[in-house]
Amino acid sequence: MSEIDPITLSVLAGRMEQIADEMDATLFRAAFNPIIAEAHDASHGLYSATTGDTLVQGKSGLPIFVGVMSFAVKAVIEKAASDGDLEDGDIYIFNDAHIGGTHLSDMRLVRPYFRNGKLFCFLASVGHWHDVGGAVPGNYNPAATEVFQEAFVMPPVKLARKGAVNQDIIDILLRNTRLPQSAMGDLNGQLGALDLGVRRMDELLDEYEAETVSAALESLSNRAEVLMRSELQDLPDGRWEAEDFLDNDGIIDAPLRINLALEIKGDRMVLDFTGSSQQCAGPVNIALPTTVATAYVAIKHVFPSLPANAGVMRPIEVIVPEDSLLSADFPAPTGGYTETILRMIDVVFSAFAKAAPDRVVANAYGTINALSIAGKRSNGQPWVMFSFYGGGHGGSVESDGLNHGNAPISTATIPPLEILEAAYPVMFRKWALRPDSAGAGAHRGGLGAVYEIEVLEENGAEAFLFGERGKFPPKGIAQGGNGAMNVFTYEQDDGWKAPPLVSKTRGIKLKQGQAVRLETPGGGGYGAANSRSSEAIARDVARGLVSDERADQVYGTAWREVTP
Amino acid sequence: MTGRMIGVDVGGTFTDVFVLNEADGSATVAKVPTTRPDQSGGFLDGIGREVDDLSEISVVVHGTTAGTNALLERKGARTGVICTEGLRDVLEMRRRDRPRTWGLRGDFEPVVDRRDRLEVPERTLADGSIRTQVDLDSVRRAAKQLLKQGCEAVAILFANAYANPENEVAAVAAVREIWPNPHVSASSEILPEIREFERFSTTALNAYLQPEVSGYLTRLENALQSDGFDGEFMIVQSNGGVMGVNTASRLPVRTALSGPAAGVIAAGYIAQSAGFDNVITGDMGGTSFDVSLISKGQTMLSAQTSIDFGMVVRNPMIEITTIGAGGGSIAWVDKGGLLNIGPESAGSNPGPVAYGMGNDRPTVTDANVVLGRIDPENPIGGKLERLDVEAAGNAIDAHVGELLGLSRLEAAEAILRVANSRMAGAIRLVSIERGFDPKRFVFMPFGGGGALHAGAMLAEVGISRAIVPRFPGVTSALGCVIADMRQDFVQTVNTLVTQLDEAALGAFMQEHVDQGMALLGASRTSFERHEISFELDMAYLGQTHTVPVPLTVTQTNGTVTAPSKADIEQAFDTAYHATYGRLLNNGVRRIMNLRSAVTGKRPKFDLTSLAPETEGVVAPSAIRKVHFGHAWYDTAIYDRLSLPVGTAIKGPAILTQPDTTVLIEPDFQGRVDAFGNTIIEPQKED
Repeated sequence: MSEIDPITLSVLAGRMEQIADEMDATLFRAAFNPIIAEAHDASHGLYSATTGDTLVQGKSGLPIFVGVMSFAVKAVIEKAASDGDLEDGDIYIFNDAHIGGTHLSDMRLVRPYFRNGKLFCFLASVGHWHDVGGAVPGNYNPAATEVFQEAFVMPPVKLARKGAVNQDIIDILLRNTRLPQSAMGDLNGQLGALDLGVRRMDELLDEYEAETVSAALESLSNRAEVLMRSELQDLPDGRWEAEDFLDNDGIIDAPLRINLALEIKGDRMVLDFTGSSQQCAGPVNIALPTTVATAYVAIKHVFPSLPANAGVMRPIEVIVPEDSLLSADFPAPTGGYTETILRMIDVVFSAFAKAAPDRVVANAYGTINALSIAGKRSNGQPWVMFSFYGGGHGGSVESDGLNHGNAPISTATIPPLEILEAAYPVMFRKWALRPDSAGAGAHRGGLGAVYEIEVLEENGAEAFLFGERGKFPPKGIAQGGNGAMNVFTYEQDDGWKAPPLVSKTRGIKLKQGQAVRLETPGGGGYGAANSRSSEAIARDVARGLVSDERADQVYGTAWREVTP
Repeated sequence: MTGRMIGVDVGGTFTDVFVLNEADGSATVAKVPTTRPDQSGGFLDGIGREVDDLSEISVVVHGTTAGTNALLERKGARTGVICTEGLRDVLEMRRRDRPRTWGLRGDFEPVVDRRDRLEVPERTLADGSIRTQVDLDSVRRAAKQLLKQGCEAVAILFANAYANPENEVAAVAAVREIWPNPHVSASSEILPEIREFERFSTTALNAYLQPEVSGYLTRLENALQSDGFDGEFMIVQSNGGVMGVNTASRLPVRTALSGPAAGVIAAGYIAQSAGFDNVITGDMGGTSFDVSLISKGQTMLSAQTSIDFGMVVRNPMIEITTIGAGGGSIAWVDKGGLLNIGPESAGSNPGPVAYGMGNDRPTVTDANVVLGRIDPENPIGGKLERLDVEAAGNAIDAHVGELLGLSRLEAAEAILRVANSRMAGAIRLVSIERGFDPKRFVFMPFGGGGALHAGAMLAEVGISRAIVPRFPGVTSALGCVIADMRQDFVQTVNTLVTQLDEAALGAFMQEHVDQGMALLGASRTSFERHEISFELDMAYLGQTHTVPVPLTVTQTNGTVTAPSKADIEQAFDTAYHATYGRLLNNGVRRIMNLRSAVTGKRPKFDLTSLAPETEGVVAPSAIRKVHFGHAWYDTAIYDRLSLPVGTAIKGPAILTQPDTTVLIEPDFQGRVDAFGNTIIEPQKED
């Protein structure tokens, strides 16, 4: 393949990123369900015809998909190779998380792109559907012990052959969801995004020869590799370890360990997760593709300027022990994968902090806190309010952590409380920052939040929570303090209660006028607390972000001499 | 009514004044340095240069960045918030976003300190029912405490006030009785629309700007009046319409994009006069390239914008897409050997390397200088004596050429190619995202640098021609004189169409029309006609994104006849089908918001009055070597403003004028149209 001139390369890099961005925009606009339309829980990109490696990925999709999509394409490549029937106009669809990573809610569509009768690359679209069957509406089932209790499982099959959509597949899909209209809307949106991708690729290849574009794609991967190696060379050689824990798996109340040894040697890096817990009964297992993709997400947070293609991973080896919860076998449940990958990111940051504390931020709040409140209205109509809740980000060498941010694996925003109150019979008594939740430090963590939600429906309601960080706090770095832990409580006739598994619970009965309260973790602090300026401490106290007592306790009393 | 109409645009470096003599249609322009911190000095100086007797002025229209700057520099007033119990942190918690996707760094301070955000007992539910009556004693106590703490402005922010403003209205009345100035903003007055963060943020930012902006505007008006001005003083809004100075003082948040909006309005009018209804504008400044799209003469409006992270303003505003590719954007090669442009910029200070003011990293302008496209002996803007070509070349060698193995000229061409590609990408994305084919549009560059890149935009995007306005450097000031008077209103309705109370919707429409017409009536400007438009934000039940559904509504002598459910359903189906290409069987249609706009069309002036003579000599003032592609070309330099109507000049050529350089590349030609615009298009086969 001919070497491409650097200028054409810069131009093509921008053009191809734009194609993926336009595919994102097409789905966001058309999707019915708010998880895609508002939270952007979706992604699109271009993938290698031979390996499935990521070539280019859209900028606006969910960060976790940046690494995981190539596994979906690899699965399709294998399937097509064994069937020997890949043709122009085919579209594959599946949600099997053990093959494609993440969880069963993510519906993956993969379409081969042909140029002059020859396979040029794959286009793929993934989106989080609102409901894909299973025991719990919305598919966050903390009590699942097999994938079958989480959702229906679709292996890679042809949704379309040579451009003709197979209605049978659509019929099967729509019969297996509680929300067929939403599913159909999302499916149409994903098909539209793939169509647009094909049109744009046609235009691009009309303008530039296929060979030029191929050369550009290869060159971009090579350059990403060079960039990664050069970043690694800037770091000291050595081996650093970190561990952290999940509260429990939702079934058995025992902590689960995530262990990491990070080794940097010259321009190479090894992330070794040996020592992590065994596969568990509940849904905090993750499949191997998810683990590798998460390593990539963590690395991209440490080196944010790196491009989103597979070249970045070439100098990096990820070691995942067999039989661990990081390489769970089918049919182990994986619905709560978000919690496990957030903890993986935390341990990567903690280990990096020992190598180069200024390159990373302290741990963020570390749980997605999937809270559903559901019931039936007086007219019999069911309702489900399902949302994720925010918490504090970690402090860094530059500044305090962000108050009430979104999870590192996501860019989703939270729906406004007025939208939730208009749609469901609830009222937010409180939607506020949580004082004293930030990890102390020269730069403290960001604050978590307090949400207190009252049920207005006279029939009452049930609450479900899938959370974490109820027993192990988000960690500070470079001697910074830990953030506050997650606290979930609920109101009953005889007062406020806490669930036995702390951060996970299901089917809590609430009467009209009773509420749940979710107090989310703050971020860890950066740097020693005693080096925080008295002015900053006094200002936090005056603003009510830190109480007098806690300030005295973690920072000493010198701040009392300062007028904020 | 005859007199002078004056448009004034205050930019970061220059204050531009456009004066139209209504009696004979003649126009003059002035450019004076912007004064800081008080911009009124330059403002009055600029007008004074063109008009001796201010009593001759009928109207002054101002495009201002006073509001934007106060927001970006966090220089608004100390502001307090009185809000629903339990919700004091909404402004600080935002919608749970973060500044950048990757890296997890950065924090956020809202414009209102937590100490100045006080809660009072009150609660309205989503259905508009009042669960807790507002405790007015607590409200008064809170207001007094905020005053004691030194707040100059206050915002009242109650949950679900869009559904029923009763509690908020009572609280506002109580505060206004106590508050010593008019700087009291209420969320149900500013934006009666669902979504508390967006409504609270817009309202709080309005309060934050009120003292600053109303003070500035009052100083200006007083100064004008003390010099004998007796006409009307108006301000351009972000939506491209103008409003009276009193309205602007009450709703300063609506000026957030005042200056850029005026530029787009002018571009649209200039293009339409020249016969082009579909225009993509490209304003190239020192740090950014701003793209906007006008289809069939209509500017595109977006519903909201973030002035900065976490500072959301929700009001209709002209949609302007910005990318970091301006003249001062820095070219650099990353560790993987890829050439990048921006987002880092040398701005106008220290500016490009060629300015010799301390920057040593090459910029887009430096590439233009090295290739001879900018005259080093006569820099535009008149601030510098000459440009340092050698220094620019050395910087390009050191930071680009040597790393990529390119000669100086190759490296400079490469910088332009990558910059042009990014600008073209912005044009493509802006048009494609809205479902338009950019090839059906003309491109109008304005601002200082845009006309250097016009040919490249045509070649890259496949646009057939570019139109360079006669005075590209004063486009925004011209837009001030052209803009119509417009008021936008919104009201959340939140109902299924089947359950719609048509009379209630009609009452909201009537209220919007009455308020809008009252504002137009209070104005001393004459209007050619009024236009009233209504739109509903609608979706199927369960869908999040709404589509704007324009309604055709009957009005008789200012009385609105409410549309029927059937009318609304049909209008929704039409709009939905146009957007998504399909309808949903058995979908339940839902109305979210009513949006109304009341516009007073101002008389337009004839742009031919700006045109040059039709006869004259066409001779180059010089010949200079300019580099294109792989070779130097002898390139004719013309004084642009003296070229007569009808002149056609084949490229390569450069047209110069005090504030802009127009580049006509080889294979392109430039033609002076009847208005003095330069039309750039590919050369026809002879």
